[in-house]
Amino acid sequence: MSINVTLFVQMLVFALLVWFTMKFIWPVILEAMEEREQRIADGLAAAEKGRSELEAAATEAESIVSAARDQARDILGKANSRAAGIVEEARTQGEEEKRKRLESAQAEIDVEVNRARDELRGQVAAIAVAGAEKVLAREIDTDAHRELLDRLAADL
Amino acid sequence: MEDAHEGPANATEYIVHHLTNLHVGEGFWNLHLDSVFYAVVLGILFAASFRFAAARATAGVPGRWQNFVEMMVEFVDTQVRDSFHGTSRLIAPLALTIFCWIFLMNFMDLVPVDLLPEVGVAMGIEYMKVVPTTDLNITFGMSITVFLLMIFYSIKIKGAGGFARELLFHPFGKWMMPFNFLLKLVEELAKPVSLALRLFGNLYAGELIFILIALFTLSAGGHTLTETLLNLASPATISYLVIQVILGLAWALFHILIITLQAFIFMMLTIVYLSMAHEEH
Repeated sequence: MSINVTLFVQMLVFALLVWFTMKFIWPVILEAMEEREQRIADGLAAAEKGRSELEAAATEAESIVSAARDQARDILGKANSRAAGIVEEARTQGEEEKRKRLESAQAEIDVEVNRARDELRGQVAAIAVAGAEKVLAREIDTDAHRELLDRLAADL
Repeated sequence: MEDAHEGPANATEYIVHHLTNLHVGEGFWNLHLDSVFYAVVLGILFAASFRFAAARATAGVPGRWQNFVEMMVEFVDTQVRDSFHGTSRLIAPLALTIFCWIFLMNFMDLVPVDLLPEVGVAMGIEYMKVVPTTDLNITFGMSITVFLLMIFYSIKIKGAGGFARELLFHPFGKWMMPFNFLLKLVEELAKPVSLALRLFGNLYAGELIFILIALFTLSAGGHTLTETLLNLASPATISYLVIQVILGLAWALFHILIITLQAFIFMMLTIVYLSMAHEEH
């Protein structure tokens, strides 16, 4: 066992290996590792961002839904009051119509009654005259009492 | 095939054979081919497999291999961040290379001691030490490189003057200059030496124990693994084989801890030493 040229050969080989590792292995591996580290960090950040965005979206959706609910309630209230109004209006109109119809029927009836009364009056006068004629046929000169009879008929 | 290979005559020869490097050249120019071969192959294995993950690295869902590589990178990165407070693009990749490469080289210790050498013998290779970290040249090669980096960063951060001041005026002021320098020299030199020797010692001892465990069947059976297997009929051989398997298993399980720990210690101390080199006093 002696120290000899093997030592220098070994030093050369060693130096070459270290140079190779320094040049072609270490930086490449380290770069890949750092890049992956960066990617993982980015991924985590993106996930965090996504989660917060999701939360914001959920909050927004909730507010939109509640606004819509309020609006719907509002619309429903308006519709209800409108419907009540329409029904009320219809009832008023109906009442009015009914009153008008009743009034016109009443008027017609009055007219008919008056006409019947006039007719009746004429007929009663005629019957009265006829009766009186029959009673007074012998005593009353028709011509002499015409004026009296006509006055009587007018008074009936 | 076996004819070309003369098995060891006794235990000593077997052990010595296992501890001998395949080499070319003499004296200083002696090159341990097996150490360099396995170190380079394992280094390429590390670099290629990690580069494979890096090339297909995606910031999306990672595959299993990419996941593992990222785990290693993150582990090393955490250690570097905890211990090293300067900014350097070199330290972390250096630490990763040290940990993975040393672990792989140590891991060769868990390959059965005779397996690869026997294959080598079959291919006509006489000697083969398969664990590069049981070679002082390999461990010193790494620790000296780290030492040079320590000096480089000391000068780079503190300037040549600052570094010289640190060497000469600490810890006892300028009147004790030679003593300071001597103290500092020992302190600094102890770093690469202890780094290299700790790793080498642990792995060498571990390898030696595997070799000793392997001696059980060797002493009972033939001179080589092949011969031993042919001798299996003998009851003594079978009992030795059982003992060897149990001991080998126990030591291997324990050794998993050691090889990981040694790779980790080398890495951590490198980070700490380089961190100290960056600090101003």
